[in-house]
Amino acid sequence: MVTGENREATTERGIQVRAVERRFGKKLVLQAIDFDIRPAEVFGLLGPSGSGKTTLVKLIAGIDEATRGVVTVEGVQMPRRDMLGRIGYMAQSDALYEELTAKENLTFFASLFGLKGKDRARRIEEVMELVNLTDSSRKLVSAYSGGMKRRLSLAIALLHRPGVLILDEPTVGIDPVLRMAIWQELRAMKDEGTTIVVTTHVMDEAEKCDRLGMIRDGRLISVGSPEELKAHTQTVNLEAAFLAYGGVRA
Amino acid sequence: MRIRALVVRIWRQLFHDKRTIALMLIAPIFILTLVWLVFNGSTYHPKIGLVNVPSRVSTVLQNEDATVTKYTSTADALAALKAQKLDAYIDYQSGRLQVELEGSDPSKSKAVLLDLQKLELKLSGEEVQQAAKAVQQLQTQVQAMAKAQAQHTGVGQPTGQTGQSGQATGQLTQPGTQLGTATHPAPPQLKQPTIKYLYGSANMSSFDNFGPVLIGFFAFFFVFMVSGISFLKERTTGTLERLVATPIRRWEIVTGYVLGFGAFTTVQAALIAWYSVDVLGMMMTGQFISLLVVTLLLSLTALTLGVFLSTFANSEFQMMQFIPLIIVPQVFFSGLFNLDTMAVWLRWLSHIMPLYYGGDALRNIMIRGESLSSVRGDLVVLLGLSIVFMGLNVVTLRKYRKV
Ligand SMILES: Nc1ncnc2c1ncn2[C@@H]1O[C@H](COP(=O)(O)OP(=O)(O)OP(=O)(O)O)[C@@H](O)[C@H]1O
Ligand SMILES: [Mg+2]
Repeated sequence: MVTGENREATTERGIQVRAVERRFGKKLVLQAIDFDIRPAEVFGLLGPSGSGKTTLVKLIAGIDEATRGVVTVEGVQMPRRDMLGRIGYMAQSDALYEELTAKENLTFFASLFGLKGKDRARRIEEVMELVNLTDSSRKLVSAYSGGMKRRLSLAIALLHRPGVLILDEPTVGIDPVLRMAIWQELRAMKDEGTTIVVTTHVMDEAEKCDRLGMIRDGRLISVGSPEELKAHTQTVNLEAAFLAYGGVRA
Repeated sequence: MRIRALVVRIWRQLFHDKRTIALMLIAPIFILTLVWLVFNGSTYHPKIGLVNVPSRVSTVLQNEDATVTKYTSTADALAALKAQKLDAYIDYQSGRLQVELEGSDPSKSKAVLLDLQKLELKLSGEEVQQAAKAVQQLQTQVQAMAKAQAQHTGVGQPTGQTGQSGQATGQLTQPGTQLGTATHPAPPQLKQPTIKYLYGSANMSSFDNFGPVLIGFFAFFFVFMVSGISFLKERTTGTLERLVATPIRRWEIVTGYVLGFGAFTTVQAALIAWYSVDVLGMMMTGQFISLLVVTLLLSLTALTLGVFLSTFANSEFQMMQFIPLIIVPQVFFSGLFNLDTMAVWLRWLSHIMPLYYGGDALRNIMIRGESLSSVRGDLVVLLGLSIVFMGLNVVTLRKYRKV
């Protein structure tokens, strides 16, 4: 892209996806996926339901393995167990222990990431404050609303201050005020050097990303900043651009 | 560290789920108490009708605690038998004792026949000779019945039907055979045989006999279900996927489960064992600690098997479907029922069932007072099975994370 030196830095850190293919049995869910995510950027994955966004972020998060191709995170080829401690992952569906309180959930995951003692307690408080759940931290998760569960999932993903944050539709069910607060926090984390990958359906959220990848039927059809995508399709907003890439003219 | 986190989490989950704790702790105690009430009642006293029987016979029978009723005619006695007021009646006709049993309940019939056996031992002189033939026939029947009953069930027999009392029966047959020999003009002197018990005692109840197996069964069943369902939930709610997105190793997950539930199981096993022995007075000749070790190993097997099988279930209901498939057959082969009369190839099935080994070890410890080292064969198998299942669990977890 830019200079040789910068290019080098990019491969050292950030995320590289090279010729990735993922099959489930005979079903080809991802094919010929090839792109980079630069360090400390907010990268959005945009695509219709069933296009393969979740499958792709799971490959990056190191939970799943590509049938073909290579995924590298911060210079390490995935999946690697020791890399999991540097990645924060928030799944699309809330994976919480409903019979535990929010705090117990956080304590459990914090311990798995090796946080202990005072540091753990402080960090739990921080993230709970961030997602505005401090008052309900002693409630059982089964008594949480959908949005509260979503926020708790996000808090868990942030717990261990990961260098790479992967969020699968993080703001579904979260009200606009809180959503804004969360995005502010994501931007702040980005400024501190965190690489963030977000999948989304929401166009105004997509606008907030530094760059976007448009995915359709398991193929990456376009990568670029929101402005680039709009310019490329000669559209005024992302929604129209999204439709244009899908072959629909609004 | 990560294992500890998992153990703490499992304990907290259990702690919040008071009903499951109650189920695991109170249900076994409740069922054990019921079984104790049913099987530890006093021995059954048969109701016997007498028609024209010499008074000595009736005295002896009454001394044996049989409820004796006199009838004036055979027809009356038969009517009472049909009305289920009697278990049997004895008719004395032309110098012979004739006995008719109601016969629908093998254990009642057996009680009658046992009383008649004692009757034979107590009678002497002329009456003995006359009674001898009838009694000899009876003995053939006793043996036939014992055989038939052993095939039916090992439970529900009167007191102490173990190998030991079987020996006692064998000794009793001896004088009878001699009596029946018509060529002997003077009957040899009858002496009460001395009966000794290698293990157990005369007043050991059937509750003592299968109690150890019940303890093993509870350790197995509840741990199997609770750990299986809890791991299944981990899978279906997506927390397992969340878990493998952390740096925890696959074997750490399995070990955490084993230790988490293992610790709880220890409490459960200790409580069940203490209640059975100290409250219900179940026979316990071995060491309490040996009993605990075996129960723990058995629940370890149940735990690892439950977690493993939960991989093949997609819902709690499907997990329940393993009960008739995995649990019930084990109950039949665990020694609760007598296996000796079973076909050899069927008996072989018991060798792949964890509960068989657990039951065997528990019986040896509680009834025969064996030490841990003399049941090490069973322990090795249980431990081996657990290790195999644990290995399988680590491997099946690969489905959720390749590394
Ligand atoms: N484990 C699996 N086995 C078989 N097919 C799968 C599996 N996981 C995903 N798929 C298929 O892969 C395709 C992409 O699924 P994916 O979950 O990645 O979509 P998505 O873009 O995240 O959709 P959504 O926006 O609805 O979350 C779907 O057609 C889905 O049926
Ligand atoms: Mg998805």
